[in-house]
Amino acid sequence: MQPQLRILSSELVSQIIDEAYQLLVNPGIKVQLKEARALLADAGARVEEEREVVQIPEEVARKALETVPHEFYLYNQDGEPSVHYGGDSVHFDPGSSGVNVLDAETMQHRPATTHDLIKVIKIADSLWQYDAQSTALVCSEIPKEIGDLYRLYLVLLFSKKPVVTGAFSTQNTGAMIDMLAIFAGGGDELVQKPTAVFDVCPSPPLIWSQFGSQSLIDLARAGIPAQIVSMPLAGVAAPVTLLGSVVQHAAECISGMTLHQLAKPGSPIVWGGAPAIMDMRHGTTPMGAVETAMIDAAYAQVGKTFGFPTHAYMGASDAKLVDYQAGMESSTTAMIGALAGINMISGAGMLDFLACMSSEKLLIDAEAIGMAKRMLKGMQVHTDPLAADMYEGINFKGEFLKQRITRQLLKEEQYMPSAVIDRGSHRTWQQMGATDTFTRAKAQLQDLLNTYQPPDYPKEQVAELQTKVSDLAKGAGMDKLPEF
Amino acid sequence: MDEQIYSAMAQSIIDGESEEAEKLAMQSIELGIDPLDAINHGFVVGVDHVGNLFSSGEAFLPELVMAGEAMKAAVNMLEPEMSKQGKERKILGTIVLGTIEGDIHDIGKTLVGTMLSVAGFRVFDLGVDVPIMTLIEKARTENADILGVSALLTTTMVKQRDVVEALDDIGLRSAIKVLVGGAPVTRDWAEEIGADGYSEDAVGAVVVAKELLAAKALQKE
Repeated sequence: MQPQLRILSSELVSQIIDEAYQLLVNPGIKVQLKEARALLADAGARVEEEREVVQIPEEVARKALETVPHEFYLYNQDGEPSVHYGGDSVHFDPGSSGVNVLDAETMQHRPATTHDLIKVIKIADSLWQYDAQSTALVCSEIPKEIGDLYRLYLVLLFSKKPVVTGAFSTQNTGAMIDMLAIFAGGGDELVQKPTAVFDVCPSPPLIWSQFGSQSLIDLARAGIPAQIVSMPLAGVAAPVTLLGSVVQHAAECISGMTLHQLAKPGSPIVWGGAPAIMDMRHGTTPMGAVETAMIDAAYAQVGKTFGFPTHAYMGASDAKLVDYQAGMESSTTAMIGALAGINMISGAGMLDFLACMSSEKLLIDAEAIGMAKRMLKGMQVHTDPLAADMYEGINFKGEFLKQRITRQLLKEEQYMPSAVIDRGSHRTWQQMGATDTFTRAKAQLQDLLNTYQPPDYPKEQVAELQTKVSDLAKGAGMDKLPEF
Repeated sequence: MDEQIYSAMAQSIIDGESEEAEKLAMQSIELGIDPLDAINHGFVVGVDHVGNLFSSGEAFLPELVMAGEAMKAAVNMLEPEMSKQGKERKILGTIVLGTIEGDIHDIGKTLVGTMLSVAGFRVFDLGVDVPIMTLIEKARTENADILGVSALLTTTMVKQRDVVEALDDIGLRSAIKVLVGGAPVTRDWAEEIGADGYSEDAVGAVVVAKELLAAKALQKE
């Protein structure tokens, strides 16, 4: 039995959904793309064209939501299903779109570069705890016009794991889909076996921007999985109450999914988000706050009530260094997300309100994820009777170590953490240099980078991808792609 | 042929298969293989392999303990043949081990014994609640290099000092090194009572035991 956190009563879930449907009518949803308003109007929504406000009756939304697939898979570049969006499956990927990295030598936050992103991709590729890659960093030396597709380019070159990504402009969505199609063996093949999911963000409160609406329509028509990242900011861009923010999240997701399904019924889409409370002392958006995680767990439960695949932004911290706060916030929220049965949990490696990525933290977070995944395996019944037979020959001696079954079942029962986690004796710890977690992560990072193996793609595919990206770079005024 | 049986012997230890190890020991006797060769070219190779895997974090305590058990089973089977041939297994040293009187904690001490015998020591584990003089008497008759005294209670820990003093009284203090261990035992305590070595875990006990033997060898020179 997979342990579960269900944070809402079924009565509350019903009320949240009810009120979300009411919000779709009053005040309605602001939809800033004309084509999107037209699609909604055709389906029976009332449109106030000059205010760009759409009122979506409950029955219109409910009908559209009927075609949302309740599950789908993301595939790796070898064509194997490796992420299951659906049910209570739980996966983790690194946080995405960080602009800075924590430099482990200077301990300063500095703008991220190509080199940093490659390092993050290699780490996520090497660790089993990460089921997918993210386009984790925005490289500062790359023109903004191609920043989104350049990240994807690096991920494709350095890892075969599926990707949680997103475009910064409508035209780049198409370019990125074309890039994915190269390794998938064609556009149709990519739709059959998608290797990426694209984040699409509504703007709180209750707004679908031109770009957001267009992305939903384009992704739906392309048949490439979309992931709604709704971000109610409790007390600022959403009601101060946690439940009020969950209602807003539901309204933003329902309206987005309705539009998406109207564009092409049956296209895969995820009920996701990155909500936060607001810290009213600093005006910041703490991702590590327990209330943030509570909103996540609650909206995931609402999404599950519909039967939709789910996503959340958890496992990140607001600390500036990889310290106790970083560990506490990251592992607590990762565990809450896992227990909530969220299909994709993004955020590992992140510090400073998702602005800064630390490679070392990504490595340490893998251990928090390892623990969370062990928790999800639950209390397993390996033997029947549970214990009695194992006392044979024990004769009141602590000699269970001598039993064959101890050796057989040890690996089933215990998650063996990497050397980043210190469980040695005090003597061993001293012999190993009396290190702290961060220092051990630095050392292990080197080992990991040394043993990393790049993907074995056919040369022609790599060349095709490089030509495509370097053409796009030239268009953005960059004559030559960085060497690596 | 010999090579084949040696590698099967090593494998039986790696797999922690006591019965298989016994069977192979028996077979080697029938084949007329020198029991010392069987140990050194066969079973010990397996023990070393598991020991290395354990050190590098690829094997865990169950593998190590089961390898130790299989090794013990094989040696027991070979011993009568060895004494018939007037041969003795080369051992690192002899250790008498026990939990001090008034204390019945067993697990840590037993683990230390297993690790030491896997490492190649001859170990006499006298069990728990062992009177001081019983420990000393056994150490004397077996000509032990090291006496290991375990205590898990602060109230029984004080008797570790009595062991050191008793050895002193009967003039054996320089001949027998005292190794102390147990949850409340610290390096400071070991120094305070004049013990020769201390370890907080079973892996460390092997390291310390080897150091004590080296020190003893120097002493003799």
